[in-house]
Amino acid sequence: MDKPILEVNNLNLWYGDFQALKDVNASFYARRITAIIGPSGCGKSTLLRVFNRMNDLIEGVRASGNVLIDGQDILGPRAELVVLRKKVGMVFQRPNPFPLSIYENIVFGQRIHGNAAGKNRLDEIVEESLKAVLLWGDLKDKLHKSALGLSLEQKQRLCIARLLAVRPEIVLMDEPCSALDPQSTMRIEELMRELKNNYTIIIVTHNMQQAARVSDDTGFMLLGELIEFGLTQDIFTRPRDKRTEDYITGRFG
Amino acid sequence: MERHFDEELKELHKNIIRMGVLAQEAIYNSIDALANRDKTKASLVISEDVKIDELELAIDERCVDLIARLQPMAGDLRFIATAMKINSDLERIADLAVDIAQRVLELADKPLLKPLIDIPKLSTLSQNMVRNSIDAFINRDVDMAKKVLLSDPEADKLRNLIQKELINDYMSRDASTADRALPLLLVARHLERICDHATNIAEDVIYMVEARVVKHHPEELK
Repeated sequence: MDKPILEVNNLNLWYGDFQALKDVNASFYARRITAIIGPSGCGKSTLLRVFNRMNDLIEGVRASGNVLIDGQDILGPRAELVVLRKKVGMVFQRPNPFPLSIYENIVFGQRIHGNAAGKNRLDEIVEESLKAVLLWGDLKDKLHKSALGLSLEQKQRLCIARLLAVRPEIVLMDEPCSALDPQSTMRIEELMRELKNNYTIIIVTHNMQQAARVSDDTGFMLLGELIEFGLTQDIFTRPRDKRTEDYITGRFG
Repeated sequence: MERHFDEELKELHKNIIRMGVLAQEAIYNSIDALANRDKTKASLVISEDVKIDELELAIDERCVDLIARLQPMAGDLRFIATAMKINSDLERIADLAVDIAQRVLELADKPLLKPLIDIPKLSTLSQNMVRNSIDAFINRDVDMAKKVLLSDPEADKLRNLIQKELINDYMSRDASTADRALPLLLVARHLERICDHATNIAEDVIYMVEARVVKHHPEELK
């Protein structure tokens, strides 16, 4: 197998006195979808948020170990957050478009990152990004309408398009379908499969069937530990650890 | 922790056992009918087969229903997938018992060709293999399943022995024995096929319990 795009080594993380991640080790590979599953409070979202240092926003957080993206330690003092967050984008549970037009939502990242692109280039970026999330056909004549008027699914797609516009390498998704109905969920999953050709996707989900459907690799977390990590087909048919088996078969009380 | 669908899985388990009991009865009765040239018993095996067919369909339907509703994973998934396969093996075993019963009807009114020696040995072996494979399923007993797998070569050996004797000592010497030798040859074949199905069940039990595929991978048995 190739070199991992993201490598986690002996990662520990505390919120004050509470240890949320315990000695986590894992490797994530390019152009694969990796699902992180586990019960509420197991640390899966915390782990995801380490990858673009969203946890920095929380007071009293400290971490040890290292997280390498393209060989660079993102927890180290030399890591540049703006660069990191461009490289590693995040999609949240509830779609959060800015109260701006569809067009402005997508070019927002260009403006933040100071890309002095001309209007033609920005138009191209909007078109490419909307095409990538299969919204172009529906929205190409409404680009200057408010993004807030879109359906939930369209908003979530728009948020993904906004992220793709800055050309990330890794897309983090934290329960991206939990606010969506089953049909929209299926379509977002289809989109994930499309995006996999160009991006590395790491998804946190409570929905085990979703993890089983979309991911190539799955990690199971419990009480801050990464209990088992492997090919999705193995985790869901022949987990090695009894705790994984108990969780995915609903025996956890 | 007891889950709301554990009762349904237990019910499926019970139904597979029920299917196993019916299949074993069918083999026992067909072999008994053969030994005693008992046409009534042979006919009973044939007429009772419909019950096994009905149960097979009911179990199959239940498995599909459980997969759709429970979306089972890991051990649950392996259990249901195995139940489906064992169900079909047991139904085939019962069909083979019916085949034997039909041979009994063909033979019953004709004089006995020869005293049966190796056929009873093969019948005992096949009954043991079926019983042990079902026990292995019931008790999730991998050692018992392995024992079944190790018995299969013996079944092949006995079938070949019976075949050779019937062809060389009877059919090729005296063509007029064919109508009595051929049904016996087929019985040996049916019995050996029953052993093959018991082997399938044993392999599936190992998959169910240990998630190891030993089918077509004899090295995995070690």
